[in-house]
Amino acid sequence: MEIVIVSGKGGTGKSSVAAALASLSGDVVLADCDVDAANQYILYKPQEEEFEAFTGSREALLDRTRCDNCMICIEYCRFDAISLTEGQVCISPIFCDGCGLCAKVCPGEAIVMTEHRNSMLVSASFRYGRMVFGKLAPGEENSGKLVSLVKEKARQLSFYGQKSDIIIDGPPGIGCPVIASIVGADRVIIVTEPSVAAIKDMERLLSLCSSIGLNTGVLINKSDLDREKQNEITDLCHKEGIHIHGKIPYDPMFVDAMVHCRSICEWVPGSGTVSVLRDIHRDIFNGR
Amino acid sequence: MKLAVASGKGGTGKTFFAVNIFYSLISAGKCAILLDCDAEEPNAALFVGGEQAGFDKVCLDIPVIDKEKCLYCSKCSESCYYNAIFIIPTSSIIRVIEELCHGCGVCNYVCDNDAIGKKEKPLGYVVNYVLDNGARLIETRMDVGVYSPVKLIRAGVAAAKGASLVIMDSPPGSSCPFIHTVAGADYVVLVTEPTPFGLSDLRQSISVLRQLNKPFGVVVNKAGIGDSAIYDYLLGEDIALLMEIPFKREIAEYCARGELFAVQDIEFRKQLLAVFGKIYRNYGDRDRKR
Repeated sequence: MEIVIVSGKGGTGKSSVAAALASLSGDVVLADCDVDAANQYILYKPQEEEFEAFTGSREALLDRTRCDNCMICIEYCRFDAISLTEGQVCISPIFCDGCGLCAKVCPGEAIVMTEHRNSMLVSASFRYGRMVFGKLAPGEENSGKLVSLVKEKARQLSFYGQKSDIIIDGPPGIGCPVIASIVGADRVIIVTEPSVAAIKDMERLLSLCSSIGLNTGVLINKSDLDREKQNEITDLCHKEGIHIHGKIPYDPMFVDAMVHCRSICEWVPGSGTVSVLRDIHRDIFNGR
Repeated sequence: MKLAVASGKGGTGKTFFAVNIFYSLISAGKCAILLDCDAEEPNAALFVGGEQAGFDKVCLDIPVIDKEKCLYCSKCSESCYYNAIFIIPTSSIIRVIEELCHGCGVCNYVCDNDAIGKKEKPLGYVVNYVLDNGARLIETRMDVGVYSPVKLIRAGVAAAKGASLVIMDSPPGSSCPFIHTVAGADYVVLVTEPTPFGLSDLRQSISVLRQLNKPFGVVVNKAGIGDSAIYDYLLGEDIALLMEIPFKREIAEYCARGELFAVQDIEFRKQLLAVFGKIYRNYGDRDRKR
């Protein structure tokens, strides 16, 4: 079974919940798909075993000796990445999308496309099974390609769900990295919290999931933060026919556990929160 | 001056900081624009409200293939860096995968038979709000199902061009959406929390800002939770700690209800204005100096 934990809004507790579910699973493949802010390896300090270089993006490089400032490239570029600065054609690496049109239109062949290969796909072992994560080099484009690679690797390691379950820790938002994370999952679990922003973000994410036709459930974290907002979430899920896997009260032990590089289930195994998490784990994996 | 509020990790309090400093500035009589660049999940409007006063639709020019003219030569498909054109020449099948298309126009350029035209694909909106006191909120809002918010962010930045004071609420992470937001800023406030995840993501954001040569400072939100590693890091790297906001359940409850803490707490408002003043003195009047 492949489940993916997402939230829309950041900071609702995706990674902490994913880590907790992993430690309750025993034998699992944990895939960290939040590739521009990967965190599971910090918590679990896995034994890194295999590295694969990843070509994240490419950018246009100008050979100034061949450029005669004809500005044809400026005219064609749809990303406004090329401009005339102090009489010279300049390509902004920030705005360049790597499409390669400028290199094609340049009459003097002064532009070449160069690829970046400094991002990394890492496979590792940790105390509850295998872990896969991406390390996107700072400033690289997160197009979802690395996310898809992380997922594919996780599927291989789990023998496509035959050997073990896959838990995917997803990125925030609703764009490409999220879409790449959730596509093909057996179940999407949205970790939300009773706040105006988290509820609005959850609604946008729910409409994304339903447009793709995914089996989606909700988990309310920090459930006691605001009673009224909690009811709002329950009503909304009820109306949409979305299953609520459980409600986790606000618990500072999540952060405490993180500081000690443990999941909450390892740090305070006897606590009320962990017993709630056990029920949630059972609800997710035994309801298959 | 354009001040961007960002963070690598989500949920550290970017929007909280941005909306509260914005409120503090306008209640002190400053004319400011709040620009919500988190087009995937725009939330600033929930806190500052305001009346909608028009919007601009943002579209992407994507290719349309004229099958009468297409010779199935595959040039367009081979030239597309985003793999957005699917072609099986032997079966005369060609299709644009709209979700993958970045609208760069390469296919159109390489087609020898003029078989590729274009159409507009809607990506979302730039929405204008007018607040009670003449201040404005510009919100970028991506349609659900769209892959990248970058074009919307750039449209939002363009809409706020020329304004003297803009507070930008950045998307989380440290890749494209973040970069396109901070690229237009004079100074970046990184909001973080004193936890291992907060620190790791902060370091990632800082390495990008250093590559971009952007001046920045750090606000530690939820101070009191976690550990002290973040302070050691800031000290070791000689990075400005602009402000600490203590962790209080009360603040979290205000946020949950969509209320501004700075309305209630005058002391907090003063602290935010002091932080702004400090940044403005050093980075605010760059335009005038030029």
